[in-house]
Amino acid sequence: MPTTSFRGVDYLLIETLFSEDERLIRQTARQFVDERVLPVIRDCYRDARFPQDLIPEMGRLGFYGANLEGYGCAGLSNVEYGLIMQELERGDSGLRSFVSVQGALVMYPILTFGSDAQKERWLPRLQSGEAVGCFGLTEPDFGSNPAGMRTTARRQGDTWILNGEKTWITNGTAADVAVVWARTDEGIAGFLVERGTPGFTTSDIHGKWSMRASVTSSLSFADCRISEADRLPAAKGLKAALACLTQARFGIAWGALGAAMDCYETARQYTVLRKQFDDRPIASHQLVQEKLACMITEITKGQLLAIHGGRLKDQGTLEPAHVSMLKRNNVAMALDVARLSRDLLGANGITDEYPIMRHLCNLETVKTYEGTDHIHALVIGERVTGIPAYR
Amino acid sequence: MNIVVCVKQTPARDSLLRVDAAGKWVSEDDLNFEINEPDAYALESGLQLKEQHGGEVTVLCAGPARAAQTIREALAKGADRAIHIAADHLGALDPLGLAKLMAAALRDEKPDLVLTGLQSDDLGYGQTGVILAELLGLPHATIIMQVEVEGGTLQVKRELEDGWFQHVAMPLPALLTIQSGISKLRYATLMGIKRAKTKPVRTVSAAELGDAATPVLEVARVYAPPRGKRTQLFDGDARESAARLVEKLRFEARVL
Ligand SMILES: Cc1cc2nc3c(=O)[nH]c(=O)nc-3n(C[C@H](O)[C@H](O)[C@H](O)COP(=O)(O)OP(=O)(O)OC[C@H]3O[C@@H](n4cnc5c(N)ncnc54)[C@H](O)[C@@H]3O)c2cc1C
Repeated sequence: MPTTSFRGVDYLLIETLFSEDERLIRQTARQFVDERVLPVIRDCYRDARFPQDLIPEMGRLGFYGANLEGYGCAGLSNVEYGLIMQELERGDSGLRSFVSVQGALVMYPILTFGSDAQKERWLPRLQSGEAVGCFGLTEPDFGSNPAGMRTTARRQGDTWILNGEKTWITNGTAADVAVVWARTDEGIAGFLVERGTPGFTTSDIHGKWSMRASVTSSLSFADCRISEADRLPAAKGLKAALACLTQARFGIAWGALGAAMDCYETARQYTVLRKQFDDRPIASHQLVQEKLACMITEITKGQLLAIHGGRLKDQGTLEPAHVSMLKRNNVAMALDVARLSRDLLGANGITDEYPIMRHLCNLETVKTYEGTDHIHALVIGERVTGIPAYR
Repeated sequence: MNIVVCVKQTPARDSLLRVDAAGKWVSEDDLNFEINEPDAYALESGLQLKEQHGGEVTVLCAGPARAAQTIREALAKGADRAIHIAADHLGALDPLGLAKLMAAALRDEKPDLVLTGLQSDDLGYGQTGVILAELLGLPHATIIMQVEVEGGTLQVKRELEDGWFQHVAMPLPALLTIQSGISKLRYATLMGIKRAKTKPVRTVSAAELGDAATPVLEVARVYAPPRGKRTQLFDGDARESAARLVEKLRFEARVL
């Protein structure tokens, strides 16, 4: 067990912005990460495997779909939910991704767009971690532009015939159920495709230098017959898929803070202990202090953005274009903090004795998925000019 | 089984401590607080016994307003209700005074079992539990590592020195002081944290409980141990020096 547990990063009395519940919830996630994740994550990352054993325990604690209501979900506020994402990603982005996908990309669409039968069938099992889900939107030729997707679903009476391919799908091979988006005569629709459905196959993507402790897969559908009862009845058009992404992106804005905090705190402690030139700690040099000052300032700004966003989301006034700013800023900030921290650790910074390089590599994915940095800049750009510039 | 678990809120374990202006306690301004470590294990034992035998776990906590957070945490982990003795400065009470307040708060409770931590991480008297047992007229056992209830009796395992243990059978009702580190602590689940809000907390003031006795024990001064470097050199042959070094390490430095 680690002797000193993480005490948080708080320069600006941010703590005073949190309620008692928010602190207790963060404490559960924080202790879980300190005691259950940190001791195993380095080996998981080395061996490119997800820490499977943690799946049921995270369910018992209530991490999946924590900000949703009903079906065993904890019904947390969005700041409470964000704090869980922060702590999980302080552990590893792959762990946070697992929880994000399960809650925001699988449970959320079933709760929001699903039938009662679909909700009753899947939500309790997804909440407990007994079942795992994945979200298939991206295709080999359509990433930033999912509207161009080629996967199709053709209606044949009460059955849909699904054909196409999805790739870069988190948890694809691990999933009991896939939320799959496909083009139909009536526009883009969402389907629940169960593992084992004839014609549905999955395979893992290997050779990743990022998100090594997370499963990433390709899904393939060849004349896969899906019952009309497994179509999400209220998911009409691409905007339904994008609504899920907005939920997940909000969590990512918080998660990135956690990765940044871990890098910063590692670097801060290291620079105080590491001595060079006349037996002085490297933290006594102005160039080093400037980097620390820069990092803590950016983290603090990111915290304020996330908390404000969370409070707006609770009031129901947080819009997708707002979430773009949160996701884009906090992920870019975390990448910068990871790079600066890596620098401050010198050669040690490149080893897996320290978490920084792992976070740094992970954050390259976090920058790309759920809308790349560019795409979110274009969303913000459109918002302030009224001119869409995607094409 | 009706179980009372006594918990205290103490400064977080790796806090940077500073002596306060009066020199009688630590400055609490920028401290984080958490549940006293042995008390967390007492709570865990209580919750496990409730799961095995049914009944209710009541948390008893004396402390200032901030202790509400620790009470909330205990309720979130599964305690059913709580009694909060509002006491602003626990340092002003000695263990007898505090135990009197606690006994008064439990007057109408009729517990089958009272659990406390072995000692508190801040004052470290290790007395509050045993004095409370005396005031409640209950038998007690200390430094408990394992508790089993069979019919109307308790089977407990006590930790003695040097890796020795003692197994004791004792009647119920009783009071046990629980050792740290004896089990795996549960986390408060998110659902538990949300439910805790609706659980009853009875707050009583020290005055309502009848005044605590005038302390017979008083903290005179709190100070950091003075730092001193004393070097001892052993000359003579290596075998003899090594033996003396081992002796010093064992009995003076107590690191072996
Ligand atoms: C580890 C991992 C897990 C993932 N998990 C999932 C998942 O679970 N489900 C899922 O559906 N997807 C998932 N993805 C896919 C992810 O969402 C896509 O990779 C992402 O949308 C970007 O698409 P792309 O990779 O095809 O890049 P592209 O769209 O080809 O983009 C490449 C570059 O071009 C830029 N670019 C593209 N269009 C424009 C433009 N109009 N203006 C300016 N710049 C532009 C991008 O910003 C980027 O820099 C995952 C990806 C990774 C790496």
